[in-house]
Amino acid sequence: MNSLSSYLFVAAALFSLGLLGVLQRRNLIGMLISIELMLNGANINFMAFNRFLAPEPAVGQIVTLFVMGIAAAEAAIGLSIILALFRQLRSINIERAQELKG
Amino acid sequence: MTLGGIFSVETAAQGPFWMVVGLTLAGAVIAVFPRNIVYNVFGLVLALTGVAGLYLFLNSIFVAMMQLLIYVGAICIAIVFAIMLSRPLHLEAPKRNMAKVAAAAGASFLFFAANLAVVFKTGWQAEAQRSGDWTVATIGHMMLTRYNLVFEVISLVLLVAIIGAILTAGYSRRLTS
Repeated sequence: MNSLSSYLFVAAALFSLGLLGVLQRRNLIGMLISIELMLNGANINFMAFNRFLAPEPAVGQIVTLFVMGIAAAEAAIGLSIILALFRQLRSINIERAQELKG
Repeated sequence: MTLGGIFSVETAAQGPFWMVVGLTLAGAVIAVFPRNIVYNVFGLVLALTGVAGLYLFLNSIFVAMMQLLIYVGAICIAIVFAIMLSRPLHLEAPKRNMAKVAAAAGASFLFFAANLAVVFKTGWQAEAQRSGDWTVATIGHMMLTRYNLVFEVISLVLLVAIIGAILTAGYSRRLTS
């Protein structure tokens, strides 16, 4: 069943697993990994609609490339923030990053 | 026939497709569930490689190569560098808060079910006039004409992100040590 809905199923599964990871992990690197999974789910959606429905097959690929660029920027910023947080707290468990908690 | 045409729907057997899907989902599960962060990164590599395979099935070899280069080659390596900040692996893992885990699983399962309902209830209809133009030349042409502004903005975003990453990592060292 190599059709649109099977791709959309895979994308939904990837996105939901990423969502579960973001909600449940307490390790910041684990959360970053889950965010990458979610971005990939969105990318598969773009590529599948591009392949099966869209009028111009180039547009979805361009959007996917842009999402990859954003993901690279996000990973760089996220890792540097994790580094800075580690220097402050000696840990990357988010339960310890509670200085602003009311 | 273009290079991507080898992987078109007509010629592709069903077995390899579902194998790639299984690899992707297995990688995603490994990336989310184990407590050992090294396993998580290897699962992420597996999942992203599987997604690159799915892009091959979707006819676009260029995006598959970009996926391997950017995600597997750059982002995963950057995450591997950050592993050393994680909790030492020989220490005992702190216990999970079962109520929180159950709530997270319920929320994401709800999202998954809603998503699947939308996917299978909608009658998707293809655009009547579709061009069959999958070539890299077209992608490059559109990127430098219609999507030129987005292209420039994304280069600016990447530049700002790199400078910001250097400043964030560098200044915090100066402040604390």
